[in-house]
Amino acid sequence: MDAPSDGGALPRAFFAPGSSSFADFLAAHQPDLLPSRRLDVPAGMTGHIDAPHGTTIVAVAHQQGVVIAGDRRATMGNVIAQRDIEKVFQADEYSGVGIAGTAGIAVELVRLFQVELEHYEKIEGTTLSLEGKANRLSLLIRNNLAMAMQGLAVVPLFAGYDLDADDPAKAGRIFSYDVTGGRYEEHSFHSVGSGSVFARGALKKLYRDDFSGDDAVVACIQALYDAADDDSATGGPDLTRRIFPVVANITSDGFQRLADEEVGSITQRVVDERMTNPGGPLAPLRAPSDGSDAR
Amino acid sequence: MSMPFGYVSPEQVMKDRADYARKGIARGRAVLVMTYEHGILFVAENPSSALHKISEIYDRIGFAAVGKYNEFENLRQAGVRMADLRGYSYDRSDVTGRMLANTYAQILGTIFTTESKPYEVEITVAEVGDNPDGDQLYRLTYDGSVADEEGFVVMGGNAEAIAAKLQEGHNHAVGLQDGLRLAVNALSTAVANGEPRTLTAGSLEVATLDRTRPRRKFRRLPVQQLEQLLG
Repeated sequence: MDAPSDGGALPRAFFAPGSSSFADFLAAHQPDLLPSRRLDVPAGMTGHIDAPHGTTIVAVAHQQGVVIAGDRRATMGNVIAQRDIEKVFQADEYSGVGIAGTAGIAVELVRLFQVELEHYEKIEGTTLSLEGKANRLSLLIRNNLAMAMQGLAVVPLFAGYDLDADDPAKAGRIFSYDVTGGRYEEHSFHSVGSGSVFARGALKKLYRDDFSGDDAVVACIQALYDAADDDSATGGPDLTRRIFPVVANITSDGFQRLADEEVGSITQRVVDERMTNPGGPLAPLRAPSDGSDAR
Repeated sequence: MSMPFGYVSPEQVMKDRADYARKGIARGRAVLVMTYEHGILFVAENPSSALHKISEIYDRIGFAAVGKYNEFENLRQAGVRMADLRGYSYDRSDVTGRMLANTYAQILGTIFTTESKPYEVEITVAEVGDNPDGDQLYRLTYDGSVADEEGFVVMGGNAEAIAAKLQEGHNHAVGLQDGLRLAVNALSTAVANGEPRTLTAGSLEVATLDRTRPRRKFRRLPVQQLEQLLG
């Protein structure tokens, strides 16, 4: 006799052996709580739902880990829905997730992902591997496909410090996703969201293999500035209201969100530099002839 | 009126079940839960580092158990699911030790009266508060009784002698090192007519619910730290 035939105060699902997934437990016990089932869209219903959208997220790997950052704007059509939304979250001790897409569903999805990781940790008494975490996120995104087809897509960027990595300089890893849950490991840097093309263009010129954590933070802020420069849905640094990007550094010491004052002073410097050079730092036109890295 | 063949009175049934459960629980090694300076300290004699008797349920809530492993593991997992579900659908601050203790009491009570055999377990649900007055210890027995305990709980084999020893030295303001030494000393108490036991860091499972930590208060103490504290 393992599970009680009648759990007394609790339904059987609470005693189901073998599952360490909170999302699976929800699906069996209270599926209406899953973000993908929150909206019951009638079949055949077409049309557009106006909901706030989050925009640009960037991540840059460095020698000690990885930095992930996001701007603070949410838009609804041509209106700025929120100017201080937070789109970069701690997933667990050694990983973080940034989200672009329909804000309401994205925030819910991140909440589920956080509980999913912590739930596994508590049930199993050990943490998931970084790959395992990336795969779980992929599954949660895939479950949202029906809503993505209604225009309510969520596209996350997942970054973490891999405790199992052989080389600590390569422990900072980045994963991107498509709306079908496709999971792709990115190398060095990546961005998602409406301003991501501009951010990625900037990062391509700024990125160096030997970045320290501080360098990666500056690169992220520069890239977000460039994204906001050319994409109306991405918010630039708001110097009057003191609203700056959310920046987090993930290293062997764990996930650490940078204090607003720190991000503020780096941002201020970036803005000051752009007063004389609006396009930002200049990359050399040609690679040096000695073949050294000059990306 | 003649009784049907094989009739056993309800009193006798309940007594037999209680005896059965008590015997099963008393066979195992003891687990001790006590308050200390920064919250709650769990100490168990447990040579296995993989099969835990002490675990985290939620931000401020810990779980300790003695008895049959598969049975209390069942209850622990149900507790984690319940806590995570409540925290996810309401808010993290809405998950309380009282709610968990109540649900466990109902589960254990139902099993005791309706199943063919009672659970041979005794569990403690501990919740750490923002200050010492907010610390809570709920002891639950095999039949679903709940007791709100003050200061400490000792469960499992030789519990009475260990509790008596602990009573002598325990107070709420005891530091981690002194508290741990006190606990280990109490757990080493000899059974009647026996030798006192020697417990090493390797045979102990120790964790704290430390109110000074951010968000998740539960933390296991690794062997190296135990050796340092006990050395």
